Amino acid sequence: MLEITWFILWGVLWAVYFALDGYDLGMGTLMPFLAKDERDRRIMYNAAGPFWDGNQVWLITAGGVTFAAFPATYAALFSGLYTALMLLLFALILRGVSFEFRRKVDSERWRKVWDFCHVAGSFLPALLLGVAFANIFQGIPLNAQGINEGGLLDLLNPYGLLGGVLFVLMFSLHGSLWLGVKSEGPIADRAAAMAEKLWLALMVVVVLFLVMTAFATSLFDNYLNNPLLFVVLLLAVVGLVQARVFLGKRSMLMAWGASAVSIISVTLFGVIGLFPALLPSSLDPAYSMTIANSASSQLTLKIMLGVVLVFVPLVIAYQAWLHITFGHKITDADLEYEEAY
Amino acid sequence: MDVLLLSRLQFAFTTFVHFIFVPLTLGLSLLVAYMEFKWVRTGDEVYKRMAKFWGKLFLINFALGVVTGIALEFQFGTNWARYSAYVGDIFGSLLAIEATLAFFLESTFLAVWIFGWNRLSPKLHNASIWLVALAANLSAFWILMANGWMQNPTGFVLRGDRAELESFAALVTNPFAWQQFFHVLFSAYVLSGFFVLGISAWHLARGSNVDFFKRSFQIAAPFTLVFALALVVQGHHHGSTVAKYQPAKLAAMESHWDTMTQAPQYLFVIPDPANERNLVEILPVPGGLSMLAYHSFDAEVKGLRDFPEEDRPPVLLTFASFRTMVGLGFLFPALAAWVWIRRKNPESSPRLLRILPWVIPLPYMAIQLGWIVAEVGRQPWIVNGIMRTEDAVSAGISLGQVGFSLILFGLIYGLLVAVDVYLLMYHGRKGPKSSGGNKIAAAESESGFSARPEGASA
Repeated sequence: MLEITWFILWGVLWAVYFALDGYDLGMGTLMPFLAKDERDRRIMYNAAGPFWDGNQVWLITAGGVTFAAFPATYAALFSGLYTALMLLLFALILRGVSFEFRRKVDSERWRKVWDFCHVAGSFLPALLLGVAFANIFQGIPLNAQGINEGGLLDLLNPYGLLGGVLFVLMFSLHGSLWLGVKSEGPIADRAAAMAEKLWLALMVVVVLFLVMTAFATSLFDNYLNNPLLFVVLLLAVVGLVQARVFLGKRSMLMAWGASAVSIISVTLFGVIGLFPALLPSSLDPAYSMTIANSASSQLTLKIMLGVVLVFVPLVIAYQAWLHITFGHKITDADLEYEEAY
Repeated sequence: MDVLLLSRLQFAFTTFVHFIFVPLTLGLSLLVAYMEFKWVRTGDEVYKRMAKFWGKLFLINFALGVVTGIALEFQFGTNWARYSAYVGDIFGSLLAIEATLAFFLESTFLAVWIFGWNRLSPKLHNASIWLVALAANLSAFWILMANGWMQNPTGFVLRGDRAELESFAALVTNPFAWQQFFHVLFSAYVLSGFFVLGISAWHLARGSNVDFFKRSFQIAAPFTLVFALALVVQGHHHGSTVAKYQPAKLAAMESHWDTMTQAPQYLFVIPDPANERNLVEILPVPGGLSMLAYHSFDAEVKGLRDFPEEDRPPVLLTFASFRTMVGLGFLFPALAAWVWIRRKNPESSPRLLRILPWVIPLPYMAIQLGWIVAEVGRQPWIVNGIMRTEDAVSAGISLGQVGFSLILFGLIYGLLVAVDVYLLMYHGRKGPKSSGGNKIAAAESESGFSARPEGASA
């Protein structure tokens, strides 16, 4: 029971990470398309400014919890996807410092360098996380020792790549909606128009992804055995549709919320489909990393559960307060503010 | 060249770079919080400018500390998969607790602090930087509980193919880990103190913003002295815990070869590990080593020869790092005392002001050397007495993969360190912005660049 609780928490942590960091990664990806001048770029930086760091900690926590609750999975997953994860890491490093460094020296070239790092460092994580998770969904060639026998190029199969495209579109839509929340005037209009286009593309990819999921993975088995679970998938679709409805009314905050619901549901859809494996082996189901063969001891799970049940709601509370306190639209006065990016 | 060696190089390199950035954030966050507190209490704008100026230097470092920290967590899985699987039950949970308790708090409230100057009441705003300081230090606590466990494993039982947690209380009351925590904390405070003193001295010597930097100097002076003294006392106790729990490390730190009672402390030694002896040993203090390690002149100190060769740490590196670190450790209270004597009127001692900026790199060096002693001195074990480093490295990764990541780490981290030093020197020299007016806006209009829209053609 404890293990299953942890499996659910594991999925929820990844889902919350995607729903939060998703929007700032998405905004970074869209910067070349939505920012026409320096002021636009600064609006986009500042729309993520107070949030991106707190959002990214969810990744560290999701990783840390994988380590703590399912160490064998953590070991197999992180060493198995070595090169992909290193690329993700380098991208996140360069993006993280781009916020802090960009305005510290007054030079056009200096800013251009960090803008490039910012855009590449936002796009790559979205793509790589999508590729990684799609590959997890379909299984990687883990052998009996829990070692991935495939290479980096094996990850770039059609289903994996489609997962990458799915994540990039999902995050970009999420990011353009957040930019709509945080800005006004021409850039907000461009963000909304971009969101409409992205929504259409995303719908096509979602349908394609679900169809391919039926063929490339065994995620649907759990759903067919227990049709009630289809509610999660339904929620993902409802979230997406609602996002479009709110977008049409230019109710950006609601649209962003609906998009967050859909991202969380999409992630949970995959996680539920994986159960009871965390990392299936494509060679032989017996080699898969599962709850049973990778969970920590009962004592560790119990202590960690106590920690998480007390502190994660607290984190959610103060991060919600952060989003409310700094959820206002960015004005020229905010850009004049000396701490602004 | 093999995967093990490259992985060790990579971990050492990424830890070192991470630890260029982190110590400053531990102490400077407290000093900045205190400066802002003074502003809230007195309403004196100088303190607000101080919090902003030193806060800016803090932020440059903080961002780098965060991004390089993620790299460390990743590497346990990527390069040390067998270690992760073997001890994840214990070690992983400490890392996860750190993220949940401390890291969220730190990152979230730092954002509140950066962007909240005009949006929060001064008290609430000040509370946010106190939270950041608390969280930063709390974060260090959990990380050092994790590292302390690798030095002196407690509260576990070996079961099947892994170490399992048996007592969480034993894990967090690990005496070794607590000593190490205070050692790192105090040294980080000393570093932060000399950082503020050094930059302040640089400006005072040039007569720029005298009032501002004199007050900064006066805040840092007692802070530095207290922790420099505490560090010496605590460092001695830390040495005793090393003697108790890691006798092989102690022997390597002292290049002590033969087990003996009343072991002398030589003031000058040249080790000769190849022949299992010292080439030169002069100026002995009789019974000194026994006394320092076990608080008794008659205590027996185990020598390296009594450990099987495959269980001995590298002697030369551990010894030289330890000696240099201790030498620096004695220099700091002396310098801090000089600072303390001159604190009322630092301008009256041009020599002190000239020296202090050059002192800034020294605590950085001492801290890095301390890590060498802690980590190299623990070899060949990754978890002392339980698991060897060679058994910890990932089985499924290739030389090419690790080589590729190591080269990229080298390039990217090299760039980051260069930018960090450049920015700290640039903004440290520039000094605080004058009260009133927006310096960034002014600088922009001077350079012909405007933050405001200039029409679609911009």
